[in-house]
Amino acid sequence: MEFMNPGAFKANAREALTDENLRSAMGQLAAGFVPLRQAAVDRLPEFDLLRERARELKDHILANLDFYLERFERNCTAAGGQVHWCATAEDARQAVLAICRTVDAKTATKGKSMIAEEIGLNPFLENHGIEPVETDLGEYIIQLADEPPSHIIGPAVHKTKDQVSDLFLHHHRKHGRTERQTEPAKMVAEAREILRQRYLDADVGITGANYLIAETGSSVIVTNEGNGDLTQTLPKIHIVVTSLEKVVPTLEDMTTFLRLLARSATGQEFSAYTTISTGPRRPDDPDGPGEFHVVILDNGRSAMLGGEVQDMLRCIRCGACMNHCPVYHSVGGHSYGAVYVGPMGAVLTPSLLGIAETRHLPCASMLCGRCEEVCPMQIPLPRLLRHWRERAFEGDGVPAAERWGLSIWAWFARRPWLYGQGARLAVRLLRYLGRERGRLGKLWGAGGWTDGRDLPAPEGRTFQELWRQRRGKGGAA
Amino acid sequence: MPPASEKPVNVGLFVTCLVDLFRPSVGFAAVKLMEDAGCTVHVPDQTCCGQPAHNSGDRGHTKAIARQVIAAFERFDYVVAPSGSCAGMIAVHYPELFTGEPDWTKRARSLAAKTHELTAFLTDVLGVDTVTAAWSGSATYHDSCAGLREMKVREQPRKLLGSVDGLELEEMADADVCCGFGGTFCVKYGEISTDIVSRKTNNIAATGAEMLLAGDMGCLLNMAGRLRREGSAVQVRHVAEVLAGTTDQAPPIGEAKDG
Repeated sequence: MEFMNPGAFKANAREALTDENLRSAMGQLAAGFVPLRQAAVDRLPEFDLLRERARELKDHILANLDFYLERFERNCTAAGGQVHWCATAEDARQAVLAICRTVDAKTATKGKSMIAEEIGLNPFLENHGIEPVETDLGEYIIQLADEPPSHIIGPAVHKTKDQVSDLFLHHHRKHGRTERQTEPAKMVAEAREILRQRYLDADVGITGANYLIAETGSSVIVTNEGNGDLTQTLPKIHIVVTSLEKVVPTLEDMTTFLRLLARSATGQEFSAYTTISTGPRRPDDPDGPGEFHVVILDNGRSAMLGGEVQDMLRCIRCGACMNHCPVYHSVGGHSYGAVYVGPMGAVLTPSLLGIAETRHLPCASMLCGRCEEVCPMQIPLPRLLRHWRERAFEGDGVPAAERWGLSIWAWFARRPWLYGQGARLAVRLLRYLGRERGRLGKLWGAGGWTDGRDLPAPEGRTFQELWRQRRGKGGAA
Repeated sequence: MPPASEKPVNVGLFVTCLVDLFRPSVGFAAVKLMEDAGCTVHVPDQTCCGQPAHNSGDRGHTKAIARQVIAAFERFDYVVAPSGSCAGMIAVHYPELFTGEPDWTKRARSLAAKTHELTAFLTDVLGVDTVTAAWSGSATYHDSCAGLREMKVREQPRKLLGSVDGLELEEMADADVCCGFGGTFCVKYGEISTDIVSRKTNNIAATGAEMLLAGDMGCLLNMAGRLRREGSAVQVRHVAEVLAGTTDQAPPIGEAKDG
């Protein structure tokens, strides 16, 4: 499996299809998230109205993004926080490093953050002598496994319980734990006990943000484990790494997205923890960080504004699209070779990295539309996937054979009489080849089809040929 | 059967390239269903709706083919396809193709507004609630993606199948999940497609149904191909064949005449 190489999609997928652990884990994902979401949606009669409202709200925010971001900066600063604008991933990494260096940080605890993944923060910090400690259980597991996340809300969703059990046994030895735990509750307790000291030792706590609230200058995280709270309140410094489309005008507006987020993601009415952070510790506060920094990443997003893929910026990172994607169920998240996976990743990754290296991602889809159907933000994912296919076709990434094949087919398709003659010959030939069983087990040049299934033989005449014979030229009887 | 109107309803049958090539009996079943409902069916010269180009990102060829379809079919009262996918291409995607070409956009929209998937046309437009057909046994129905999500076809085929004498409908799990066909996807990413269709055939087998029905030839070829490869005994047919009572006209998809 080639992590972080979208060009390796096909090879990765082939490997994934024979990975029995992955298949078991993906089977559980589909069997879990899909009915849970449906039940949550069924319990909320206004769900679709809420989606409309959320889409309108987000479109309004995107149309006025500069206004709300500046408002956020003003209010965050007024509350004692510091905002760092970062055009690129490198800018963001340097901003985080500079903050860490002010306290000569040795370790940094981390809440779950896809932006931290996007900018490759962990390896960067390690290279600069700062140990990142993941505190979200899923992130903790994949950090032990030295793997990237395979899902935007369940980073370790590709691991089976047994695999996690093995990882813990192997890595927890150095903490004096030598017994293999197989009960989920005991495994969680063990990880929690080991992490407890790491929270206390950390110099810096890094979290993401689900929302930035313009009216209060607050950042908001939504978690189920409470790890984010310890990550951001115990160390001297809290750094929020986030991206500019996360801004929301008011706390009230945020609730519109919150009502959609957990239901779409896990089928919960609400996540266990919704934590609002406004500035550093105030004189009367019992605890809290001494400094509050918000690193706001652009990394290509502002270039999406006003363009054909702007709708992708509505995404609230619930993961419903991948939870419902048949391709994702088959190949898992790592096959995509990118930080963002599944349908949303197949649209976002080309926006961030360019289409030349990423063309498999939008192409490896049936465009079945199940992702759009469940997207709480009504992002037209199939249309955006097609957009990228068009950009790929305009470029030079499409194999010559595919391009020529399409051109020859289209040349005939635009000449009905010639096409009809060719079709008559083709169906007769296929009929002849499949005459005994009514199907073909193999066909030269059609291995993509016949490796996995038979090709049903045609009846032997085209419909139009028979229609003309039976009804005469021109149509109706 | 709707009341005979004074003016005949002229329907252009967009037979679809896959029915034209692989299974003309589906085309004749569609014609029978519409003629029984009082329509006059026309079949202008046609090739394909352009989806292979559209789904490959080839906007130029897609538009050229779309113009040809629009010109061939705009004279009819309705355009009907025995396919949610091809009907969806015309009804949903043609109007999106002609950015900056108001004349073609207008013509595309006009055609889109009168284009229907076959079973939805029968029930929603013609008001047909029942058919006079018989097929004895249990069947399960797969919702094709574009039919379901672009053309809102879900209850219409089930309603009509409910009137087929002797037919018991056994719903499969995840009937609304893609079968893995996806047009050129199934060839370009054949291994992934095979994995997806295998989940579908497992769900089909779990119903114990004797026959699999769907409204799109692409999905049917894919699922029939996989079922035959697996050695399954489940027969596969287009829903129109059962509704028209013409299952004696051709063996099930992927099977020889003697079964």
